[in-house]
Amino acid sequence: MPDSKQDIISKLRKNILHWEGFRPPQAGNAGTFGLGAIEAAFPNGVFPVGTIHEMLCPAPEQTAATAGFIGGLLAVLMKKGGACLWISTSGKLFPSSLMAFNVEPDRVIFVDLKKEKDVLWVMEEALKCEGLAAVIAELQDISFAQSRRLQLAVESSKVTGFLLRTDTRKVGTTTCVARWQINSLPSELEDGLPGVGFPRWQVDLLKVRNGNPGCWQLEWKDGSFVPIEEKAAIAETYVRKAG
Amino acid sequence: MQKRFVSIWFRHLTTDWLTLRRPALKELPFVFAAPERNRIVITAANALAEKQGISVGMAAADAKAIVPSLEVIDEIPGQADKLLKALGEWCIRYTPLIAIDLPDGLILDISGCAHLWGGERAYLGTIIKLLRSKGYDARGAIADTVGAAWAVARFAKVKPIIEPGGQKDALLSLPPAALRLDSLILERLQKLGFYTIKSFIGIGRSVLRRRLGQNFLVRLDQALGNADEPLQLLQPIEPYHERLPCLEPIRTATGIEIAIKQLLENLCRRLEGEGKGLRTAILKCYRVDGEIAEASIGTNSGSHHIDHLFKLFELKIPTIEPALGIELFTLDAPKVEDVLPGQEVLWSPEGCGLDDVALAELLDKLANKVGASSIRRYLPQEHHWPERSIKPARTLQEKRATAWRTDRPRPSLLLPRPERIDVMVKLPDYPPNFFIYKGEKHTISKADGPERIEREWWLESGEHRDYYYVEDQDGQRYWLFRLGHYSEETSPQWFIHGFFA
Repeated sequence: MPDSKQDIISKLRKNILHWEGFRPPQAGNAGTFGLGAIEAAFPNGVFPVGTIHEMLCPAPEQTAATAGFIGGLLAVLMKKGGACLWISTSGKLFPSSLMAFNVEPDRVIFVDLKKEKDVLWVMEEALKCEGLAAVIAELQDISFAQSRRLQLAVESSKVTGFLLRTDTRKVGTTTCVARWQINSLPSELEDGLPGVGFPRWQVDLLKVRNGNPGCWQLEWKDGSFVPIEEKAAIAETYVRKAG
Repeated sequence: MQKRFVSIWFRHLTTDWLTLRRPALKELPFVFAAPERNRIVITAANALAEKQGISVGMAAADAKAIVPSLEVIDEIPGQADKLLKALGEWCIRYTPLIAIDLPDGLILDISGCAHLWGGERAYLGTIIKLLRSKGYDARGAIADTVGAAWAVARFAKVKPIIEPGGQKDALLSLPPAALRLDSLILERLQKLGFYTIKSFIGIGRSVLRRRLGQNFLVRLDQALGNADEPLQLLQPIEPYHERLPCLEPIRTATGIEIAIKQLLENLCRRLEGEGKGLRTAILKCYRVDGEIAEASIGTNSGSHHIDHLFKLFELKIPTIEPALGIELFTLDAPKVEDVLPGQEVLWSPEGCGLDDVALAELLDKLANKVGASSIRRYLPQEHHWPERSIKPARTLQEKRATAWRTDRPRPSLLLPRPERIDVMVKLPDYPPNFFIYKGEKHTISKADGPERIEREWWLESGEHRDYYYVEDQDGQRYWLFRLGHYSEETSPQWFIHGFFA
């Protein structure tokens, strides 16, 4: 009997994951983000698309680093020919920079708004539009109820959303699948050459539904993410029991 | 269909108007006068003044000598135009096609209208009688052509309704001035002894052209009906226009929704049949209290999709104030364009690209709520100056003309205006050792540069920028620049312009 009990529990777990929107990896689709160890932190070992990710970026430096990280993800998300919406109230993102992350800037539509309230409305409408590659919104704060509306929108449309939160003083619970914080790290060049090297980030996965939070170091090099191996050991210390 | 035109001539347009304004002038001879070449010339005279021998074009001083009690009033520029417009709008009850015929007439295209008033005689009678009862001395005539109606209204002494096809006979006995000719040509005709149209209508066209010019022939043809005469309509007709009168005034949002749906259904069916889609639409709600509530929508590309257009109007319904009720809805589509029937795809693509209908409809919805100016897409532009290196795309489908540049590092965030920073620089032409931005000190550990970007002198003047890509002790990366050269007295200013990923 204990065997069957174990079976039932694992089956139920799988069902729960399925109901929560996590899909088992599809053949030929897995690991395309190239995030290495980070992807393993998510249930089934797949970076979840079709959900909403939350990024904390209180300072413009962090927003810039986050924009770079998202740029790397967008390159994969937009490969199928989809367009992407970038909603903000500051309008500082420089389209030309996206080219460095293999994203065609002319396929990104920028929505510059004045009011915070409009950002949420536009994001919800955009998330309802099936076929968009991604919707990114910069906003100060979001309540649980507001995040639930967004979650309901993506559940039917399967659009990936990114929330860039600038006000991190009181970060409450949201329905987002993961909460990230990206900080810049000093770049390194081989053999002590002068100049600035490839962008390098400290990626902290603060919260993840049904997964293992952790922190990693990443570099963007030659058009793909390169995990920095020697620091990967830190991740182990953060591992929490799943469930 | 047989075209029929009415020409209305107001013999004393401005003076009649002034008499209506100031009834005391009714019994007095008075004229309007305006300065012309250093003398005051009469531009309009009322019936009493004309009876005493005063005519338009006379010097005011001469007229005063003839009639000492004559009142001379300064002419109001543009008054005739204004009056004709108002009268023309009043005449719209008789026909929708009305044109102003300066300086003193109106032209009505009455094709297919007269039978509603029981024939042309009754129709013309009604208009003229009403205008006269209002105090305007009007004369009218009906003919197949604008030219003939104009001539008959002003010069004929016979009945004012010319039978279809009878314009030539009607014109024969009229003077050449009835053809709306220049004074120069009229003078020449006078010299040649042509006092009526009859006397030259039989002459060969080439002879007439040589003596009197092409314009003369055009006027003659227009009067006879051999050439078309386009009218500049007072109210151009909206080709896509739908009306929905309501039996009971509508006051609820649901009622308005139903009305919009019905209007859209009719309009879209027509648009679809003609292969067109609307770009802008204006909904007008005529309220019981005489006010008009308006709501307008715009789309990125032509659309005749009822559900989509309804969704756009749905956002506007809260702004429509029904007050006591709305009795008439009208929907206009002033801007339409051709829509290619969408090609059915066998395999629907996984992504929704820029030319996808779903995306266009999403953007329409956003544009109607937050304004089209806040939605932008950027294309590269061949400029090195960072602010000018991108330009907003005009349409969603516009392709980039040049490639995006990747050879130089560009920051993820670009400040809309560069901000001043305080720096410590050891050597000229070197990146700073540290800089202070917003009260925080950043010590620079790595740097690339400088990348000199010259100002485009043909666009603006000013100093060049030397950009540095720097990284501070925490690994945060910035885009700094130095404005201009070092000189003996002053050191150049430093700015921060962006943040790198």
